[in-house]
Amino acid sequence: MEVLTYLIPISLFLGGVGLVAFFWTMKTKQYDDPEGDRHRILRDDYDDKPKD
Amino acid sequence: MALAENPHPAACPACVAAPDMSDIRDRDPARAGPVRLELSLPGIHCAGCISGVERALQAVPGVASARVNLTLKRASIEAGAEVSADRLVEVLDRAGYEAHELDATALSATGTDRAGRDLAMRLAVAFFANMNVMLLSVSVWAGAADATRDMFHWLSGAIAIPAVIFAGVPFYRSAWGALRRWRLNMDVPISLALVLALALSLWETWLSGHHAYFDAALSLVFFLLLGRYLDHRTRASARSAAEELTALEVPKALKLEGGRESEVHAADLAPGDRVLVRPGGRVPVDGVVETGTSELDRSLMTGESLPVFASAGHEVSAGEVNLTGPLTVRVIAAGRETSLHRIADLVAVAEAGRANYNSLADRAARAYAPVVHLMALGAFVGWMWISGGDMRLSLNIAVATLIITCPCALGLAVPAVTAAASGRLFRSGLLIKDGTALERLAEIDVVVFDKTGTLTMGAPLPEGLESLSDEERAVALALAEGSAHPLSRALVEAARHAGAEPAAVTEVREVPGYGVEGRFAGRTVRLGRADWVGARPVERTATWLALGEADPKPIVFADALRPGAEEAVAALRAAGKRILLMSGDTAAAVAAFAGRIGIDEHVAEALPADKAARIRDLTTEGHRVLMVGDGLNDTAALAAAHVSISPASALDAARVASDIVLLGRDLAPVADAVDTGIRARKRIKENFALSTVYNVVAVPFALLGFATPFLAALAMSASSVTVSLNALRLR
Repeated sequence: MEVLTYLIPISLFLGGVGLVAFFWTMKTKQYDDPEGDRHRILRDDYDDKPKD
Repeated sequence: MALAENPHPAACPACVAAPDMSDIRDRDPARAGPVRLELSLPGIHCAGCISGVERALQAVPGVASARVNLTLKRASIEAGAEVSADRLVEVLDRAGYEAHELDATALSATGTDRAGRDLAMRLAVAFFANMNVMLLSVSVWAGAADATRDMFHWLSGAIAIPAVIFAGVPFYRSAWGALRRWRLNMDVPISLALVLALALSLWETWLSGHHAYFDAALSLVFFLLLGRYLDHRTRASARSAAEELTALEVPKALKLEGGRESEVHAADLAPGDRVLVRPGGRVPVDGVVETGTSELDRSLMTGESLPVFASAGHEVSAGEVNLTGPLTVRVIAAGRETSLHRIADLVAVAEAGRANYNSLADRAARAYAPVVHLMALGAFVGWMWISGGDMRLSLNIAVATLIITCPCALGLAVPAVTAAASGRLFRSGLLIKDGTALERLAEIDVVVFDKTGTLTMGAPLPEGLESLSDEERAVALALAEGSAHPLSRALVEAARHAGAEPAAVTEVREVPGYGVEGRFAGRTVRLGRADWVGARPVERTATWLALGEADPKPIVFADALRPGAEEAVAALRAAGKRILLMSGDTAAAVAAFAGRIGIDEHVAEALPADKAARIRDLTTEGHRVLMVGDGLNDTAALAAAHVSISPASALDAARVASDIVLLGRDLAPVADAVDTGIRARKRIKENFALSTVYNVVAVPFALLGFATPFLAALAMSASSVTVSLNALRLR
């Protein structure tokens, strides 16, 4: 059962990473256009440039 | 070394080719800061549309960037101040995409987004905590005992207590708001269940008890937040789009004072002031024309399709559109006194009547909330008596009852269906402004249509251009190009479409209120009103073409049918609805049109109050009316009807008064909307039935004291998931 002392904190940490990643995607407005992004990724003339 | 010789070392050839942004700014110092323009694109649906629109927009000189949002069917453009939205709409129109301007400054998207983001954050926290606590709970259910179980409970508590406190805030706030006014809403039992579950679980954990409800509390918060979030998404997107449509029309007036014009708010005008109404502008006040001649389009006010002549001494009323020449108008009534505003007051009266509508969810909540409390209280009192005062046992059973009866699926039942149905309708170009509109749509049995601007485009289409000679057509085109009158513009478009080229007409000048005049091959040529060119007027909308002394020839116009109008009428009739046509137009025009589109019952020359009264009559006869209209004369009727739809081209007041806005040009989705409404109501009822069944099965277990946290979690998740899946069948 000693293994739990590692496993539980690890599982909490990994879950926390997921949570923080979700917060980041929210903050950077990645859910504003799910419909469009779905089509954009398959587009030939993918022309999005990083923001300057 | 080769790289070092390059003055602009760059990673790729494209970057070399692309001009440096700072260069552009330096070269163009006069340019004001970039402006943000927003366009609504109701017709786009695929990857090809995104590329097509973005490419067309980026090809316009001055456009810095254009990005399409397919979800909102909207494009945002950053461009120099010289680029106008009208120009972009025109460009897109030529590229084959329907577009409408949106007021970028009125975008409250950031404000509504914040509430949505807040809910999503809480949802994420609830989900994260729930998953972790479930892992621990599963181990407990699987048989962890003694110290291990206690440790798992403590860990669960450490995760669950802060998570539930944070994630449940929307419910506590709403429950507190209701309690403060001595009322009960759905959020009261929810908050109570959450608080009691946490407190009891903490107590049990302290006493090394077997059961803790941390996971149940978290599941409850998670599923309820999911319902709240779906509900918010549906409302927020519809509301922001509706607001944008509204923000387009600001009631401004050009006031004339001592020979100078100044822009003022229409409400600030007083009787006796003089205002200038430019061609293309809307008359802001009720008044009398002092100088100028023009024609007025009154179709939005009265439903008349023919433009009306106006010159000095004629009365004009607010809301009419000036077509050809500038008019100076002396104000008789402004602001609240105008006929326009009096109609708006009619709307307020009618709307007050409709606010009493009880949605299915309201009715369910009102019946359910007391039941939940009473049952939990009953369980507590009953077990105190049976067990002879065992507080711990009784409280455990009461909390289990509270959790199991908690309206988890009920909170999802309606939002999940509304979200699915609204999404489906939005894809076909309909914007649901009011949450209960779908339910009301399902109840209608009579459909009332307005004619001008609703079943028709409100734009004329010339007929019989082929009967003119090539020369006449070329001259007509050349003359028509000299005017912004809607008939001229329609003529230009149709003639161009037929392949005509403008003739070399010189000295083209517009005579406001009468027509266009020019010289061609040594003769005076005229295009305009019958009496002006020397012809006898006909019954229908027409303009006349006179070449020199030759007999004038009429060019007759018909109002173009809105695409999908016939399909919509046919589909509604097939669905067994009674269909009426109500118009302010002349009896002859209405009868002819009704025959063409296949509507038997029609009312002509209806005044705004008549339309509303007729709808109230139908309502008192026990009918539920769907009103489809666009004009100011329809506004009161739209508000009086059980549910109402207006096209995006409608007057602001009409859109505000209606529950659903048709974003596209096509009318066919109206029939689809009624069908979707019926199916949505069916799904909502099924969902209520489903969650009731779960409760009926689970509540006896809870009351008898057999409910375990495991059973509670199972019942809750199963009912929530079934309800959501059932809603998804609508998509």
